[in-house]
Amino acid sequence: MPRQEECRYTKEHEWVFREGDEVVVGITDFAQSELGDIVYVDMGETGRRVNAGDPLGDIESVKAVAQVYAPVSGEVTAMNELLADAPEKVNQDPFGEGWLVRMRPADPAELDALMDHEAYRRFLEEEGH
Amino acid sequence: MNHPEGGSAPLRKTALHGRHVALGARMVPFAGFEMPVQYTGVIEEHRAVRTAAGLFDVSHMGEFRLRGPDAVRLADLLVPTSVAALPPGRVAYSGLLTEAGGFVDDVLVYRIGDREVLFVVNAANLDKDREWFLEHRAGFDVEFTDESDETALIALQGPRSREILAGLAEGFDPLAQKYYRWAAGRVAGRPAMVSRTGYTGEIGFEIFVAPGDAPAVWDALLAAGRGLGLLPAGLGARDTLRLEAAMPLYGNDIDETTTPLEADLEFIVHWDKDRFLGKEALVVQRQRGVPRKRVGFEVRGRGIARHGYPVWLDGKQVSRVTSGTMAPFLGRAIGMTYLPADRAEPGVEIEVEVRGRRLPAVTVPLPFYRRPRKKKAVRRNQDGGGA
Repeated sequence: MPRQEECRYTKEHEWVFREGDEVVVGITDFAQSELGDIVYVDMGETGRRVNAGDPLGDIESVKAVAQVYAPVSGEVTAMNELLADAPEKVNQDPFGEGWLVRMRPADPAELDALMDHEAYRRFLEEEGH
Repeated sequence: MNHPEGGSAPLRKTALHGRHVALGARMVPFAGFEMPVQYTGVIEEHRAVRTAAGLFDVSHMGEFRLRGPDAVRLADLLVPTSVAALPPGRVAYSGLLTEAGGFVDDVLVYRIGDREVLFVVNAANLDKDREWFLEHRAGFDVEFTDESDETALIALQGPRSREILAGLAEGFDPLAQKYYRWAAGRVAGRPAMVSRTGYTGEIGFEIFVAPGDAPAVWDALLAAGRGLGLLPAGLGARDTLRLEAAMPLYGNDIDETTTPLEADLEFIVHWDKDRFLGKEALVVQRQRGVPRKRVGFEVRGRGIARHGYPVWLDGKQVSRVTSGTMAPFLGRAIGMTYLPADRAEPGVEIEVEVRGRRLPAVTVPLPFYRRPRKKKAVRRNQDGGGA
């Protein structure tokens, strides 16, 4: 299970955690809190290839739809099936049961370009959160 | 996450703004005010209203008072409902209509006295509505006062609302008050007008007080209700609640291009009233038949229908979703739209286009949610649930 200190982060508030030759992707606690009650998650299909920054899927709260972006390039290998019936897991446990997708990254070096936990914390502060 | 709503004018605050901030509410701009969209969460607040009670600050709404010999006559010109036939003490849901029969706004009309009528109007239409009244009052012996800034409005809604209010009420009896009636008295010792009205589909009250008294009344209601499950509730839950109850939202489900007949609100039209703005147009529409009508639907595929999404019927796009959400109490994605009149009935299969994908949906009878009603003895052996 991803530990926050070991994740990398994007400016769009996604986290990425390396597990062997795959990564797990989710949204941060800040992001889930901003969204409010999440009622629907749609991360598209497994098997597709995306580039870093491409739309990965949508998370819907009661009031709004938010896009989730691929933090790294690669192939989407798995979705979190739990979220089909329990989308609120993303609110309740964004780093645990609320994970969104697994990917096989095309270039592991892309991860190093992302913010580490400390940098993300500072980023949130600078943004005034 | 993007934050919409630019706007350079500073946002206005209701008398309860400090309470919302102190309660940790997420504040958002709405109709020029900074309002609470949620406190603990939209779903939790929504469920509280359906199972216990919720407390809403709706002070941003507008209140216009007509006083004088022609107060009722002017009111009767502006709405299709008969105000002359509304006895003092009663409230009616109606609309300000254009000559073409479309909605300028939907309103509540309070018959205060023989020569006094109060209108409650949507916050988003305050300026437009005020202009509308002022434009049409020529030739009427009537005084028009915009009391919006002098009026705070708190809505207490939910099955436990009567018992919560009963402990704080003087001069009127919440347990006996019937639907769409207003009464004057005191709440928590402060002068108040209280109507059994609301925008949730539950039993509830709208409590009009002076802005200076609002914090004390708010605090007293919260204290009285906490043990019974009362939660403060924001605009987010207000919207999901009214949608489950199939109540239209001006700007979404009704606007100047929709008539009461198209909007399935024909009950507000009193055809035997001599004259009102829009009557000729509505008579023609009734004779010819409405071209389209508001319907409700449930999404059958996986996804949520939202305002603006295209609606397809028999392979063609025919309209757009006017309001849509994942209904927190029902647990289904619901919405409203307009369909051609000959297909505007339950059981019709449509599709809603959600980000390029067409999801199957089916029309259903309205309302989506109806509060459970049972005859039960309440204290004085009166059925307080009359609608």
